[in-house]
Amino acid sequence: MAETIVLEVARYRPEIEAEPAFENFEVPCRPDWVVLDALNYIKDAIDGTLSFRWSCRMGVCGSCGMMVNGEPKLTCATFLTDYLPGPIRIEPLSNFPIVRDLIIEMSDFMTKLQGVKPWIIRNEDLPVSQGEYRQSPEQLETYKQFSMCINCLLCYAACPVYGLDQHFVGPAALALAQRYNLDSRDEGEAQRLEILSEHEGIWGCTFVGECSVVCPKHVDPAGAIQQYKLKAVTEWFKSILLPRGGRD
Amino acid sequence: MEVHSHDVLMIGGGGAGLRAAIAIAEVDPRLKIAVASKVYPMRSHTVSAEGGAAGVIKPDDSIDEHIYDTISGGDWLSDQDAVEAFVNEAPQELLRLEHWGCPWNREADGAVAVRAFGGMKKKRTWFAADKTGFHLLHTLFQTSLKYTHITRYDEWFVTRLLHDGERVQGVVAIHLMTGRIQAILAKSVIICTGGCGRVFPFTTNANIKNGDGMALAYRAGAPLKDMEFIQYHPTGLPFTGILITEAARAEGGYLINKDGYRYLQDYNLGAPQDKPVLRSMELGPRDRLSQAFVKEFEKGRTIDTPYGAVVHLDIRHLGEKLINARIPFVRELCLKYENIDPAKELIPVRPVVHYMMGGVHTDIEGATPLLGLYAAGEAACVSINGANRLGSNSLTEILVFGARAGRAAAQFALEAAPPDSGMLAQAEDEERRLQEVFLHKTGGRESIAGLRGEMQTVMEKSVGIYREEKLLSEAASRIAELQERFRDIVITDHSHTFNTELTAAVELSYMLDVAEAMVACALNRTESRGAHQRTDYPDRNDEKFLAHSLVVRSGDGTPQVSLLPVTITRWPPAERVYGK
Amino acid sequence: MKQPVTYTLYHPKWYRRPMSTYWWTKRWRYLRFILRELSSISVAWTVILLLLLINSMGDEAMYAGYLDWLQSPWLVVLNAFALVFLLFHTVTWFNLAPRAMAVRLRGKRLPDWAVAAPNFIAWAVLSAGVVWFVLKGV
Ligand SMILES: Cc1cc2nc3c(=O)[nH]c(=O)nc-3n(C[C@H](O)[C@H](O)[C@H](O)COP(=O)(O)OP(=O)(O)OC[C@H]3O[C@@H](n4cnc5c(N)ncnc54)[C@H](O)[C@@H]3O)c2cc1C
Ligand code: SF4
Ligand code: FES
Repeated sequence: MAETIVLEVARYRPEIEAEPAFENFEVPCRPDWVVLDALNYIKDAIDGTLSFRWSCRMGVCGSCGMMVNGEPKLTCATFLTDYLPGPIRIEPLSNFPIVRDLIIEMSDFMTKLQGVKPWIIRNEDLPVSQGEYRQSPEQLETYKQFSMCINCLLCYAACPVYGLDQHFVGPAALALAQRYNLDSRDEGEAQRLEILSEHEGIWGCTFVGECSVVCPKHVDPAGAIQQYKLKAVTEWFKSILLPRGGRD
Repeated sequence: MEVHSHDVLMIGGGGAGLRAAIAIAEVDPRLKIAVASKVYPMRSHTVSAEGGAAGVIKPDDSIDEHIYDTISGGDWLSDQDAVEAFVNEAPQELLRLEHWGCPWNREADGAVAVRAFGGMKKKRTWFAADKTGFHLLHTLFQTSLKYTHITRYDEWFVTRLLHDGERVQGVVAIHLMTGRIQAILAKSVIICTGGCGRVFPFTTNANIKNGDGMALAYRAGAPLKDMEFIQYHPTGLPFTGILITEAARAEGGYLINKDGYRYLQDYNLGAPQDKPVLRSMELGPRDRLSQAFVKEFEKGRTIDTPYGAVVHLDIRHLGEKLINARIPFVRELCLKYENIDPAKELIPVRPVVHYMMGGVHTDIEGATPLLGLYAAGEAACVSINGANRLGSNSLTEILVFGARAGRAAAQFALEAAPPDSGMLAQAEDEERRLQEVFLHKTGGRESIAGLRGEMQTVMEKSVGIYREEKLLSEAASRIAELQERFRDIVITDHSHTFNTELTAAVELSYMLDVAEAMVACALNRTESRGAHQRTDYPDRNDEKFLAHSLVVRSGDGTPQVSLLPVTITRWPPAERVYGK
Repeated sequence: MKQPVTYTLYHPKWYRRPMSTYWWTKRWRYLRFILRELSSISVAWTVILLLLLINSMGDEAMYAGYLDWLQSPWLVVLNAFALVFLLFHTVTWFNLAPRAMAVRLRGKRLPDWAVAAPNFIAWAVLSAGVVWFVLKGV
């Protein structure tokens, strides 16, 4: 087994560089090291100015997403040995502006997330003193998958529609909207549908499907969006076919 | 310098910070609320909690039993009035989270489900599979988005509390994106910065858990409490320190040594049964289980690996189906990070630094002795956890005391005068300090990673599962020496854009302060209690030490420890009995 | 290539990467997507063929002309292409069905193949029907 492996890391220092360029680092290739360990090795032992986000190192905080050989990956869950003999090319997530080195600007996602109203909406709240809303394991199962999103944004980096049109709400935010729509405790579907039926909402998606392929948590945002479209179409048909009373 | 002004400011957007922010929004919608966090809130380390959150909900359970489990689990160092308030308010906090959409696991009839947890006599731990903290944090965060008057300072790194010696009136923070150093003024401030596991080399804690808030408060003159009580979790994966949740044992997993023997039976933790028995064997408290590991190691009955000695966690007999349904994340983590399938293979585990029982000293409302300064969550010490926290109490704690601190800080802000202008001069001083000591610094010989590594080694050796006078005194002088060497640190990154070397350096300075406080408290407590085991003083000494350690920074910068009696109400100290 | 760098203190200077016109060549799955989108041209082409067929049906001469035209080599090649694309379109489309419809039976979500399978079966049955109908006349 090779002792070392070369990382080609995208560097961008806005104060001194006009555009990103690659810099090579040779790092030990240990069998239990992930790409993130190698980046930390560089930061600690070779070049303290290399900048990237990370925190949990267990694939749940969603900070460490980067392009690894062109594929969006959680670098804390990507082993070096899978890329032997190297080199491995590390770049910031595609489709986002680069702030510095491997750090992207993601406030666009935060705005969109807030825009889809990802919270329980009810006409009338049950007081806490009355205990829990009943929800069967089957009802839980319906939305559970879409609640697993860690906001890592790998899906946005994989989505050409988002790359071409930054107005598109995008996979994760739409999956989270659907997560609340499918929750038996929620009554906000109509409100959310109003926001999402706009052009850049669900209809922006042309079902490339790549978001679901790269999602590390098997959220299947592409599926969520298609379900949503189906729902929007049925609602629309209902609204023209049924007299007012038939709508909910 | 640009200045922002609010009524209440949370430092930290983890579970405690977000719960506090929502509580304030509900007290009075006119209050101007701000949450500053060095990472986007949903990246906070609450996200990684796995097992669950405790709260009495089932008819066979009772408030008194939860109180008793918590107090005995904490080896009688918990303040009993605080525990009572905590246990009483726990169910409604968890229910509130249910109403906000948390996907709690359910019984067939739609009621929330509960599971067993270490040290708990009844099943009372609510769970969302084994990603409870993840769901809890995202539910809180997404719910907080509803309150548009909560201003967020995402990726703002707090470096100092602004105060006049009596009253705290804001903070100075670096906006990482632009490098701007700014004052955020507030009538009251709540520290919700989480734990400090990174002081140690082998920990379940994320990169962001550096005891920032504890150091900030300590530097401002607020006392820290019970800093010697550091919890080792018995089952961490070697090398990565990734946690295998206690739920794996609650579902029926066994701990076995190299002979395949369930060794816990040799350590006063009961007799082995096939099915898990509450408060017994593998479901004993964490301090006892971690100590048993050390004894097994001394007997030569652990297994050697390149990353130190391990024992095995065996969940094979639970079967693939149950594993996938109840603890899927355990399987995912083992497969992804250890390349083993726990449905078929043994999981290597060893004790790992996990949780800080101590923290910023607060009263039952989250208030510190400094006016206008509050603390909640892992950064605070109320104390309900005493000398040893029970698993699944702290997720509930961040909700109960997050909300309490929020309400108290809101009340304070409603009555307090606006921050005075003297604060700005202080903020400018801080800006200058950051530039001189870090940003514009040239020369130096010490590397951040080097000093950090040395500190971690010292701490593991002296403030580990077992401690003794000699090693602790050595550690005290070693940490003082590291503090000194820190002045000679090398800074290579002088950029204003997302300077992570700057934050790493400041974090190291926080950790050194916290380490110093830990060692001082551990030296002072010449008894053994819960997670603090002194080989030179192996017994609990209630006469002298039924008291919290309070540590403040004295005039010359050295830590000074005093004792504060524990509040005892209805549960007089007794022996801790498990396995019966 | 060195251009002077302008940076204003405290003002982040983000770098936006332009999206290449040829982004769809970067990954097989992108290409597959583009092919699926393009395959709708084949669908349209088949519809035209069908309309021409219907149009020529009443008139012997026109019908013969139509058949003749169909036999010209370039049209055979074109139609072979169209057939491949049509098959591609159908298969990928049916495989996507389970994603758009989470079908539940007694509380359990049906596995993907169970949602896709009826589509394929219906397709096979219908095709068999058409083949039988056409060959019967021969
Ligand atoms: C792996 C693991 C599993 C666990 N499992 C369980 C469990 O099953 N049950 C249970 O009850 N407990 C569990 N715990 C413990 C529990 O998760 C934590 O105690 C709790 O989540 C702490 O929450 P917090 O809000 O206090 O802090 P955190 O969630 O850690 O939040 C800290 C916040 O402070 C911010 N911050 C810190 N420093 C600064 C600064 N200088 N400037 C600005 N912002 C700053 C951070 O950005 C972050 O937002 C577990 C812990 C770990 C590590
Ligand atoms: S949907 Fe998947 S890929 Fe997208 S942000 Fe969520 S977890 Fe990441
Ligand atoms: S570091 Fe948290 S997901 Fe990778």
